[in-house]
Amino acid sequence: MSVAPILIFGWGNPSRGDDALGPLFVERIEALGLAGVECQTDFQLQVEHALDLENRHRILFVDASIEAPAPFAVTALEASRDASFSTHAMTPEAVMQVYVELHDEPPAPCTLLAICGERFELGEPLSPGAAAHLDAALAWARQWLVAP
Amino acid sequence: MPFELETAAHPEKLKRVAIEPVSRVEGHGKVTLLLDDDNHVMQVRLHIVEFRGFEKFIEGRPYWEVPVMVQRLCGICPVSHHLAASKAMDQIVGATLTPTAEKIRRLMHYGQILQSHALHFFHLSSPDLLFGFGADVATRNIVGVVAAAPEIARQGVLLRKYGQEVIRMTAGKRVHGTGSIPGGVNKSLSAEERATLLKDIYQMVAWSRSAVEIIKGLFQKNLATYNAFGRFSAHTMGLVRADGAMDLYHGGLRARRADGTTLFDHYDYTHYWDVILEDVKSWSYMKFPYFREMGNSDEGWYRVGPLTRVTQCDFIPTPLADKEREEFLAFDNGSATGATLGYHWARMIEMLHAAESIKDLLHDDDIVGTDLVATGQRCDRGVGVIEAPRGTLIHHYRVDDNDQVIRANLIVSTTHNNQAMNEAIRVVARQYLDGQELTEGLLNHIEVAIRCFDPCLSCATHALGRMPLEVEIVGAGGTVLDRMTRDSHGVCQRPGLPEQP
Repeated sequence: MSVAPILIFGWGNPSRGDDALGPLFVERIEALGLAGVECQTDFQLQVEHALDLENRHRILFVDASIEAPAPFAVTALEASRDASFSTHAMTPEAVMQVYVELHDEPPAPCTLLAICGERFELGEPLSPGAAAHLDAALAWARQWLVAP
Repeated sequence: MPFELETAAHPEKLKRVAIEPVSRVEGHGKVTLLLDDDNHVMQVRLHIVEFRGFEKFIEGRPYWEVPVMVQRLCGICPVSHHLAASKAMDQIVGATLTPTAEKIRRLMHYGQILQSHALHFFHLSSPDLLFGFGADVATRNIVGVVAAAPEIARQGVLLRKYGQEVIRMTAGKRVHGTGSIPGGVNKSLSAEERATLLKDIYQMVAWSRSAVEIIKGLFQKNLATYNAFGRFSAHTMGLVRADGAMDLYHGGLRARRADGTTLFDHYDYTHYWDVILEDVKSWSYMKFPYFREMGNSDEGWYRVGPLTRVTQCDFIPTPLADKEREEFLAFDNGSATGATLGYHWARMIEMLHAAESIKDLLHDDDIVGTDLVATGQRCDRGVGVIEAPRGTLIHHYRVDDNDQVIRANLIVSTTHNNQAMNEAIRVVARQYLDGQELTEGLLNHIEVAIRCFDPCLSCATHALGRMPLEVEIVGAGGTVLDRMTRDSHGVCQRPGLPEQP
């Protein structure tokens, strides 16, 4: 089965304030209806998401971050073993490493877009600051999507 | 059953060790150990910052939104909350489910059990079991499993993936599904979806059988250690079918005392408060449920989850899993049925049962039926109970005439197991930490005991890089005597001690 060459994967809990940044970002991209782009979301990254990396050309991971500088940070990712394997939730690097171990080769180039969040309480809406960061991240993504 | 180590006689004179948060467990847990001057464990407590505000979050919402909303409580077992809330709302709308609706929900539930148990065993616990509880943390992780046993790891990934596919096809979406609604479901399987799932189910059953063999082999190989590790006796509770069979979706409550005698059986869970009460303790955010008849939480606490379900049912209604249940009960004269690590064995038997049940349901034509929703006499109160992967899950709602939820009470599996987890770590602390110098490997023994219960701490928030582990020893006068940290990259170190005033 053929899959879209670009995967955009956002995660977070939509009901916990700025933790919704990842899913909201994906929702906004999906609304653009771009050909060749598959959008996925989940609460957390997990081992089976390594299978979602198969047969891609580029992958963009998107998450809220309390540590990223405003409005967002972009990082090229390398597969690596880290302590995230010791939690229910995994980092994107760890998911990439599972891919490497399962396929004996690295996945397509992966980029992390960490959007700066401020408040993460249950039931809170997106904070005004995070909303502005989201807009800035989406503007950056439009360039990333058309890059060769 | 008094707790020897729950409260020390003179805690102000003891050293304090905190493990915070507990790794490889959802959410934020914290273990504190009070040691005396000779490093003897004098007091142990598991603190869990359980999120209780969720019930308030639900109040004021229309009842039909609740089965979807509650999935945001948990990133690992949202389907369990989806179904427990739906069962409660069935009572609100007065519905008796159609065969198609009940079977689609069961299919969804068994998909959840399969994926959750696979994740737990292959990716959370197998590193401990395959490499040893005190092994180097650099290899004691899922990547270590993948490197050492790639086929096992791949099977774990694919079992979980299959369970997720069952959920996606029955719930409509992979995340935040809407398939189950008050009074039924909003979709059944298409012929194409049924064929897709049928194609791989026999492989899933085979891999599930292999998983049972793995944990069985580990028990045989490490019999003395596994039997003794964190062993304690407990009262038990779980759902069983009317004929005594294991039923993870629906049934009556069965409770047994620690000596195996029956406390109550086939109890109608819609009046659970007549047999279960909840206690609070000043040192924990989480409640302590107990059997009302026993008077207090010190005497009446109990254990739920896979170990309870497999040992408490009269039989499992799928042949391969039932054969494994019989072998589990007979193993070493029944010793594994009381072992804390027996949770893993029981969990794999349940995973096999889930795979077999999915196979049976996929051969049942009702799953492609079109009679999806029932209605009846509107009520103002509903209680839904389900056996979630980690144990009994209770959802209780009251709804007013405007269809708004005016009261919600959730008792999740981890709350039922609160005291049982405390008991397990107290035993392990005595067995492995008493009088010993603290090391990461020794502290992991505590975590191994907690992971047997697979506590779910509603951690669905998780900003990047926020899972450090910190251990601190504090002397009688409040002075920090020692400190150990494990950062989010797994690096353990002893940073310098803070300057004392």
